[in-house]
Amino acid sequence: MFEFPEKLNFHIGNYIDMLVNWLTVHWAGFFDVIKSGLLWVFVNLNDFLIWVPWWYFILVVFLLACQYKSVGSGIIYSAFLFLIGMFGLWEATMYTLTIVIASVVITIIIGIPLGIIMASSNRFETFSKPLLDAMQTMPSFVYLIPGIFFFGLGLVPGVLSTIIYALPPIMRLTNLAIRGVPKEVVEAALSFGPSKWQLLRKVQIPQALPTIMTGVNQTTMMALAMVVVASMVGVEGLGLEVLSALNRIDVAKGFEAGISIVFIAIIIDRLTLAISESTQSRTGKGHK
Amino acid sequence: MTSKLKMKNVSKIFGSHPTKNLHQLETGLSKEEFFKKTGHTVGVRNVSFEVEEGELFVIMGLSGSGKSTLIRCINLLNEPTAGSILVDGEDITKYNSRELQEFRQNKIAMVFQNFGLFSHRTVSENVGYGLEIRKVPSKEQEEIIQRSIEAVGLKGWEDKYPDELSGGMQQRVGLARALANDPDILLMDEPFSALDPLNRREMQLELLELQRKLKKTIIFITHDVNEAFKLGNRVAVMKDGQFEQISTPLDILKNPANTYIQAFIKDIDRSKIIQAGHIMMEPNANVYVEDSMRIIIDKLQINGLATSYVINQEKEVQGIISLDDALVALETGKEMKHIMKDDYDSVAPNVYIQDLLEQTINSRYPLAIVLNDKLVGVLPREKILASLV
Repeated sequence: MFEFPEKLNFHIGNYIDMLVNWLTVHWAGFFDVIKSGLLWVFVNLNDFLIWVPWWYFILVVFLLACQYKSVGSGIIYSAFLFLIGMFGLWEATMYTLTIVIASVVITIIIGIPLGIIMASSNRFETFSKPLLDAMQTMPSFVYLIPGIFFFGLGLVPGVLSTIIYALPPIMRLTNLAIRGVPKEVVEAALSFGPSKWQLLRKVQIPQALPTIMTGVNQTTMMALAMVVVASMVGVEGLGLEVLSALNRIDVAKGFEAGISIVFIAIIIDRLTLAISESTQSRTGKGHK
Repeated sequence: MTSKLKMKNVSKIFGSHPTKNLHQLETGLSKEEFFKKTGHTVGVRNVSFEVEEGELFVIMGLSGSGKSTLIRCINLLNEPTAGSILVDGEDITKYNSRELQEFRQNKIAMVFQNFGLFSHRTVSENVGYGLEIRKVPSKEQEEIIQRSIEAVGLKGWEDKYPDELSGGMQQRVGLARALANDPDILLMDEPFSALDPLNRREMQLELLELQRKLKKTIIFITHDVNEAFKLGNRVAVMKDGQFEQISTPLDILKNPANTYIQAFIKDIDRSKIIQAGHIMMEPNANVYVEDSMRIIIDKLQINGLATSYVINQEKEVQGIISLDDALVALETGKEMKHIMKDDYDSVAPNVYIQDLLEQTINSRYPLAIVLNDKLVGVLPREKILASLV
């Protein structure tokens, strides 16, 4: 009487499962291409980051911080990186960075154009908004499961689920930024008879850039957050260190890996914010 | 004169189904009734007018009267719901997107109320925007940019960003950007409304000066009666999306079409519209230097004048004499040159009343209105004061 009738049980999950199975069988070639492409990018990037001497890496971060923030922050960030090295987590950190950079670059390449389409088509916007909500609220672990079917364990499903997770903010903010360009500025731009592409390139994107950069920053932070989760499908790096510490209930190791992630997060967040602000002071002038 | 722009029965309705509700307009519903019945807003209602080449045509109305909607129809930023817009005889509402782009690139430019400048571009990049869109060769671009910037008096500010400029200077950039494209038609949507009074006055004068040189066809929107009457060759008064009257400023002032316009022009500053030539009197007695004193006194007494200007055969003013002095001179036998005074004021007929108020107050005599050194009229103080009410 009070319980939901069992007769009405219906499992949409079964159909999703069937779809995934079907895709795995019939689209295998497609997924292999994606996989090998991603792996190629990833391996080269990772090799490069590991090849760079640790002190050189710290120096670059220090100089960037000096340029865009202050000498003080430069010293703090350098100390963070130095500590990570002392924990013995340098290589794991570089691996994590590789995943973050690769995912963020791919996310931006996909997300900004989609955001622009969203801004120019109301229909596409209404259609994609709930989808983006779902992408963001769906627990991120769930993406990992079909990823394993398509790509097996390891890096590729990790990066792909990171992309899915990090895509919404950049799309949303690009859309918002372009729609937020003052009406009169767009009218002024239009009154000179530009093509759609000229309008976008000469006025809308530059005007929207500060907000888009905020989106890039958010995307980066979400990618970093996803790294730990992705370790569940065997992605190496700091996430895996945390996961193995969790399995062994090793507080010391867990703390070191955890704090390293925090350090990296702080450095990436502050540096990208500072760099995006410097573009704002040049391009976002006079928003009234 | 040929008509450059011709609008025929243009209407613009905002809402989800504008054309479906178009016929409702003909039933003569008011704006409010129309909105209640259809949920649509009338922007412009059945407006027709022509603008001649080189004319400065002002559309004046209060906010919400549809004037900004109307001006945006002329470059199709707003697409009219009905009616046709002919520019050089071509109906621009029938243009496809390619033709519309070309039309906007080559024939028309617009200046905006809040300037509409690109904050990420420097002054010269803003000015060069239209040239970039038209893909003008970069060497030529630089020359045109430089020329336009100089024309609006912004030399030396080329590399500044808009937010580093004052409002008046920002609008100069807006104007230079529009002029750089060398359009036939210049649309100006309340361009000076956002400026302070001093800057506004200065920009108005500069616009008139530029217009004298460039002879563009200008459609100018304003809510300021004084501005409209000062700038416009002709003025259209707009209310609820319709034109109430189209005429020259002076004619509207003299023959307002209805009570709405009467109310509108009530607080107009007439001294900024009426020129000396509009209200001067023909000199009703011609007193020549060579006239004898007897004749002069006769001429003055017949016409009931206390003073008169003295002219030569070329009608050039030599001085002014008063009846009293002439009577004394007749008895004492003084000559003309001894009693003639030269502390009079002379002005050209196109001087605005506001600019001669001070002279009027200080002068003991009627003003001499002089054109090309010839006396064309006189303007007594009472006449000036009477024109202001």
